[in-house]
Amino acid sequence: MDWSYFFNEVMNNRDALLHGTAITFAVSLIAILAGTVLGIVIGIAVTYGNKPLRWPARLYIDIIRGTPVLVLVLATFYVSSAVGLNLTAFQAGALALTLFCASHVGEILRGALQSLSRGQIEAGRAIGLTFGGIFRYILFPQALRFALPTWITAAVEMVKASTLLSVIGVAELLLTTQQIISNNFLNMQFYLLAGVIYFLIDFAIEQVGRFIGRRLEQPTRRMV
Amino acid sequence: MTPIVEVRALHKRFGELEVLKGIDFTVAEGEVVSVIGASGSGKTTLLRCLNLLEEFHQGEVLIGGEAIGYHTRRGQRARMGEQEIARQRAMTGMVFQSFNLFPHMSALDNVTLGLTKVRGMPRNQAIELGDHWLERVGMLERRDYRPSQLSGGQQQRVAIARAIAMNPKVMLFDEATSALDPERVGEVLETIRSLAQEGMTMVLVTHEMRFARDVSDKVVFMEDGRIAEQGPPERLFMHPESPRLQAFLKTSSF
Repeated sequence: MDWSYFFNEVMNNRDALLHGTAITFAVSLIAILAGTVLGIVIGIAVTYGNKPLRWPARLYIDIIRGTPVLVLVLATFYVSSAVGLNLTAFQAGALALTLFCASHVGEILRGALQSLSRGQIEAGRAIGLTFGGIFRYILFPQALRFALPTWITAAVEMVKASTLLSVIGVAELLLTTQQIISNNFLNMQFYLLAGVIYFLIDFAIEQVGRFIGRRLEQPTRRMV
Repeated sequence: MTPIVEVRALHKRFGELEVLKGIDFTVAEGEVVSVIGASGSGKTTLLRCLNLLEEFHQGEVLIGGEAIGYHTRRGQRARMGEQEIARQRAMTGMVFQSFNLFPHMSALDNVTLGLTKVRGMPRNQAIELGDHWLERVGMLERRDYRPSQLSGGQQQRVAIARAIAMNPKVMLFDEATSALDPERVGEVLETIRSLAQEGMTMVLVTHEMRFARDVSDKVVFMEDGRIAEQGPPERLFMHPESPRLQAFLKTSSF
């Protein structure tokens, strides 16, 4: 194998590779952040909402989670233009991944919240907190501990799912890699490189997750 | 003088099942009232109605002269809004059978949460007051411990501090010692007794008959959703009138 040719090609295509990595990173980050916020709202609705809130939330989780991400990506892209929403491929892709992420976060949060004892809510009520305060100070911090490992898995899933945006023409890392390969035919080398970059992004997410996890485990103050 | 707690013709149903069938009783300031009775007689439900953890369907509960939980608008009885109910709940302090401390917080933070977030007290003032009440229940040295690092008795004492630090008009104890190991019951009863001696108004649902007899000003005996007999502990325990109370006392241990 001619390594100097490979390195040469990497250098020649470095702008494209960096751009592809940046797109992958950006779309994943948007999906994870926006999806988490939306997912928290859905998780609360499905766990504590009254019927008119609970049912749509439940339906949302079941339908979106039960749909292949590729279908979701294609549907968002084509349906949005059909209804007159002029989204770019990037916007449509980010929206699809956000919706997907929200359904997972909603379900993860529901599981964590339901594992908490009902006595926690009652104790919060007894000291005069309203539901907002009970959720913020009592339920959510506890649920976060339960949910964090699964949440990290979901975040990593989003990065992997972002590869599917290549089918609607978002020049993320995979599509960029394919375009480079079509010029130089270094199949193995460039797919391997892409694999390493995906691994590094996911590895970074897991490290951030572990860091948050350790912060949560720390006692409020000195522990004996 | 207005009683601290006044319950008038209180009715409560769970679906078809009527669990409170017209309860009337009052608690005067500084009075300690024990509610006794068999399981399923409605005593815990009654207590939970006093701080609106249970809804009720007829009758009134007044805390410090204020009707709680429901108002009548144009002849329609309606539940009050969440803010209002939260404010009214803070007028009472509740101690649960299973402690229900917040496991992700230190003992001190358990006590100060309500002070800062409900009472709006500055943090340093809340810590001062939290320390005061933790000391009062003998838990000051453990202020930085998590609930999981405390024994059941210690947890319950922290829970008492958490409730009483809010300066409630009345303290409600729901079988506060039932979930404890026998050797831990004493320390919690001692804490409750000392608060009673300081003049704290209290309603206790309890199975500790000896304690109820020693510490109460008034004992309420419940049977099948009704108050079958109430009065001073000497009379109820020594000269019970109703055959049901006589039978209940025979089966209870002292």
